[in-house]
Amino acid sequence: MTLMSAPSDTGRFGEFGGRFVPETLVPACQDLEAAFRDAWADPAFRDELATVLRDYAGRPSILTECHNLSKQLGIRLVLKREDLNHTGSHKINNVLGQTLLARRMGKQRLVAETGAGQHGVASATAAALFGMECKVYMGAVDVQRQALNVFRMKLLGSEVEAVHSGSRTLKDAVNEAMRDWVATVETTHYCLGSVMGPHPYPWMVREFHRVIGDEAHAQCHELLGDVPDFAVACVGGGSNAIGIFSGFVDERTRLIGVEPAGGAAVGRGQPGVVHGMRSYLMQDEYGQVQEAHSISAGLDYPGVGPEHSYLASIGRAEYPTVTDAEVIEAFQLMARSEGIIPALECAHALAWIVRAAPSMQGATVLMNLSGRGDKDVNQMMDVLAL
Amino acid sequence: MTGVMEAEFRAKRAAGRKLLVPYVTGGLHGWQAAVRAAAAAGADAVEIGIPFSDPVMDGPVIQMASQQALEAGATPLSIFDDLRHIDVSIPIAVMCYYNTVHHAGVERFAAQLVAAGVVAAIVPDLPLEESGPWCAAADAAGIETVMLAAPTAPDDRLPRVAARARGFLYSVGLLGVTGERERLASTATELARRLKAITDVPVLVGVGVSNAVQAREAVQVADGVIQGASVVRRLLDDGPDAVGEYIAEVRAAIDH
Repeated sequence: MTLMSAPSDTGRFGEFGGRFVPETLVPACQDLEAAFRDAWADPAFRDELATVLRDYAGRPSILTECHNLSKQLGIRLVLKREDLNHTGSHKINNVLGQTLLARRMGKQRLVAETGAGQHGVASATAAALFGMECKVYMGAVDVQRQALNVFRMKLLGSEVEAVHSGSRTLKDAVNEAMRDWVATVETTHYCLGSVMGPHPYPWMVREFHRVIGDEAHAQCHELLGDVPDFAVACVGGGSNAIGIFSGFVDERTRLIGVEPAGGAAVGRGQPGVVHGMRSYLMQDEYGQVQEAHSISAGLDYPGVGPEHSYLASIGRAEYPTVTDAEVIEAFQLMARSEGIIPALECAHALAWIVRAAPSMQGATVLMNLSGRGDKDVNQMMDVLAL
Repeated sequence: MTGVMEAEFRAKRAAGRKLLVPYVTGGLHGWQAAVRAAAAAGADAVEIGIPFSDPVMDGPVIQMASQQALEAGATPLSIFDDLRHIDVSIPIAVMCYYNTVHHAGVERFAAQLVAAGVVAAIVPDLPLEESGPWCAAADAAGIETVMLAAPTAPDDRLPRVAARARGFLYSVGLLGVTGERERLASTATELARRLKAITDVPVLVGVGVSNAVQAREAVQVADGVIQGASVVRRLLDDGPDAVGEYIAEVRAAIDH
């Protein structure tokens, strides 16, 4: 029995989670839950997913020891290389799982939200592979700062709609994807990109990313002879963090989820209900959802997945924040020290490691490098003016 | 115990009247005058939208109205304060997203509604399975909780939703968010018919009932209609008097 087992019948992790959706979507969520339970218990489905993860996404992803950074920081730093998956991030794990499930349910169309564009690209990729229609909603601000990924999605045959409401970032893309789903639920699967939303998404998406932690657990034993002292990942909605945490939650490993200072749902939020779930949420005194502000489009989100709220509430995982300035430093540090350009999202994890290194000398630190930084190069050209 | 709004609706239905409930976004410029104009023009109750930052069940018109109201400084409490002085004789309901309720706390929010003279609440992102804590607080305070029924619900679900409905049962007219459509969706009358067959609670169709002609079509089956985006668009574009004229037009069409 693991601490990260199935949620309660109402989709709760402790007091977090649930299914707060318009009545129109309740049957669809119930059907999805039933289909997922059925598929996840079906060896044929598990085999089909494992095969496509291996032969198409390129799993297992490798573990890379950072010799140079380790020396500089006085720790032993290893990276779980989710950036090397096909499409360039961990997002493909979940998308392939959901797409196979959607096909099994007879749905021919996908809708997805995306922040940095990595989930959108993964969704567009899976739709192309399986011959499905796909529409991706993306905040207008993010369309601009992640133009490369917008083009990739279009190239892959998906429609990308810029969302101009609210803060014009990830939160608003989720709203618009949900509005689409309310209207198209009979033919469409909402391919949600993180461990958030109404039950069963937080649980289902975690299960699809569990492969990250399972692989890393075995790989750490091989490389380190033990579990790492720390497992560190960035947290927006929290899917890559939940994936790596799932491999170590029942071990002595300290779990660190790094939030951006301008989008610290756990750090600065209170329990609230939005996007179908009860979780920590940045909100004002009347419960209006506040806008997040982060250099990283993928973490620019005022909420967080409910299981992270639970892990925080019981003290099993910690959720520190880092500033944009620290992230920009870390982004360059990894590039110059290791020859790896990380996604800005992952640079948050490294930024925390750099800051905390003096207090964890000699420790083994596993960082989930959840995506590559190619998508951020345009934005960083302006920031760094190299 | 039957609440104020449901008792009035049942009595009017028994007298052969079709029910008309306009929606007005609270805090929007001219909203109080629009409520008075609608009441004078023959509305049977009015639904006040409490603007929320992330209105996932709303289309562009009500989204824009919510955003304008928020930018004008509207809060739940400022709207409740204004409602205390609105002085209309028809029942007042609020439509609010659940975080507004959750953040205040269910008991405190129910008490705030009572103090504002509000008799009913519609919470579009609070489905039956999650409604327990709010319904308990609302019942205790005497607030009628209107439940929504959707075209996607299987037959075995509708009676459970109807059993929990107070005031009236909100029959969602189509698959989609609020907003005006060219035609009344076939789902509007289909669902109303399914609901009428299983419940005695007044059944009102809302979402996608866009003009007087469509309202008249809907009440051939349903006990009444809710008019949302068509009202709010007029308030945004032409002001409160246009709302009054529109409600009079719909009134005449459904009385015909």
